[in-house]
Amino acid sequence: MPVLVYTENADGKFKKSIFEAVSYARAIADQNNTSLTAISIGNVDTAELSSLGNYGADKILNVSSEQLKNFVNQAYASIIAKAAESEGAAIVVLSNSFSGRGLAPRVAVKLNAGIADGATALPQQADGKLTVKKTAFSGKAFATVELTSDKKVISLTPNTYKVEEKPTGAQPENFTVETNASDFAIMLKDIAKSTDKVSLPDAEIVVSAGRGLKGPENWGMIEQLADLLGAATACSKPVSDAGWRPHSEHVGQTGITVSPNLYIAIGISGAIQHLAGISSSKVIVVINKDADAPFYKVADYGIVGDAFEVVPKLIEAVKAYKASS
Amino acid sequence: MKILVCISNVPDTTTKITFTNNNTQFNSAGVQFIINPYDEIALARAIELTENGNGSVTVIHVGEAANEPTIRKALAIGATDAVRINAPAHDAFFVAAQIAEYAKENQFDLILTGRESIDYNGSKVAAMVGELLDIPSVSVIKKLDVEGNTATVEREIEGGKEVLSIPLPFVAGTAEGVAEPKIPNMRGIMSARTKPLTVIEPVVVTTNSEILVYETPAPRGQVKMIAADDVAQLVSLLHNEAKVI
Repeated sequence: MPVLVYTENADGKFKKSIFEAVSYARAIADQNNTSLTAISIGNVDTAELSSLGNYGADKILNVSSEQLKNFVNQAYASIIAKAAESEGAAIVVLSNSFSGRGLAPRVAVKLNAGIADGATALPQQADGKLTVKKTAFSGKAFATVELTSDKKVISLTPNTYKVEEKPTGAQPENFTVETNASDFAIMLKDIAKSTDKVSLPDAEIVVSAGRGLKGPENWGMIEQLADLLGAATACSKPVSDAGWRPHSEHVGQTGITVSPNLYIAIGISGAIQHLAGISSSKVIVVINKDADAPFYKVADYGIVGDAFEVVPKLIEAVKAYKASS
Repeated sequence: MKILVCISNVPDTTTKITFTNNNTQFNSAGVQFIINPYDEIALARAIELTENGNGSVTVIHVGEAANEPTIRKALAIGATDAVRINAPAHDAFFVAAQIAEYAKENQFDLILTGRESIDYNGSKVAAMVGELLDIPSVSVIKKLDVEGNTATVEREIEGGKEVLSIPLPFVAGTAEGVAEPKIPNMRGIMSARTKPLTVIEPVVVTTNSEILVYETPAPRGQVKMIAADDVAQLVSLLHNEAKVI
């Protein structure tokens, strides 16, 4: 029974989180000595589709039509469920992206499958049982979930599984599915993309700032540091509540949970709710003028100092490092 | 407009999370429980959309009697009435199935949930209810307006947003931006005591997931402090030691 992975695209391109999901699904297929089928929906060109074969997809199904160019939750869920049935897939893998979160549960209900959303590690399989570790309590803990149904849906948290190259040479083939008109009730009116910014949930480096910055007018240096590092910008809850930064940048228990390779926290004291959202970061740097800030207890590197003095120096140091490397 | 708002009962955000029984159960001793913060946003928007007698807001909760203070708070904030499905919330599918069953019998124009719960971080209920009722679902929404039989919503996507037009009825998972949570006033608190809270027994559902064990993140190592006038050392450590730049 092959594993099926859904490969979401953004403007016809696959992001790193999708190659992570394909690599993850490949490893699950290997655990089960079975093959991996990838399915893409939307207008993705042949070269991009073929790239899925670089990460272990044995078969690449392509569903393309003008109607499906943009994400339509119900229609996409129908197509993925039908592909899972036609492939005889026992496990369906998706990325736990914003779209994946709306899609995976619908696919699970259609397939009568148990679902583990926000998986952070490969499943453990023994005696026909499958358990998956996932985030819980917004990063304050993890839960190991057993899926007791025959079919299973797993959505993978971005940045928690390594992209692994395993070229198969698979080439895309068209997959035709009949869709219902009622699956297209949601109409897309507009897309507004922040094309110049790194997407926060996918970011490998996050530069985040808090009330220590004193006001929205001081974010220029944060953005400059983030640009230099190819990082996304983020903020603490009081900052987004005050309207200094958009809610979409709020990291923490009631905001976005991130797991970047590097999280730089500037002028954030480290309230328990904020730490919940960033505790999966691999390396944490804290810059704060309060030497007793709780954030230092979870940090790997710390600098006690005023953000307005340290950050400009850090910008210069990063520039110097870039120039020398 | 009839709106159903699904609320869950979660530990207060300041709670330090611990477990009992060999890490198989959440330790609720001494923990203050609250309405899931995202559900509060959904509730606030539902109340705004039905202001001036323009409809009603029913809150629904799947959980045991001990959770009723959370339901009464939702009534104090301004919900019209409440329903409690008398069963522990086993998993997202169990919860969604109970909500869908109630919604089938009671026909709502709009069903709102929070984008996720802050305990199990499930973001599944909205989409599952949508699938079970065969109506559209949309998560994670940042804005919600309704005019006649159509809603306009803004949905968060990686690196931006989409504006969608959706015919009623549908299910939406709300996040910040949709509304500011409301604080109950004295009149609301008093009236909440007499508002209807119906208790319904659950329908039988085959659940398909089980939490076996919990763990807390491994403690991190000692912080390495760097002098404020030597940030070049930080850059060097991030490159050579941590290998993250």
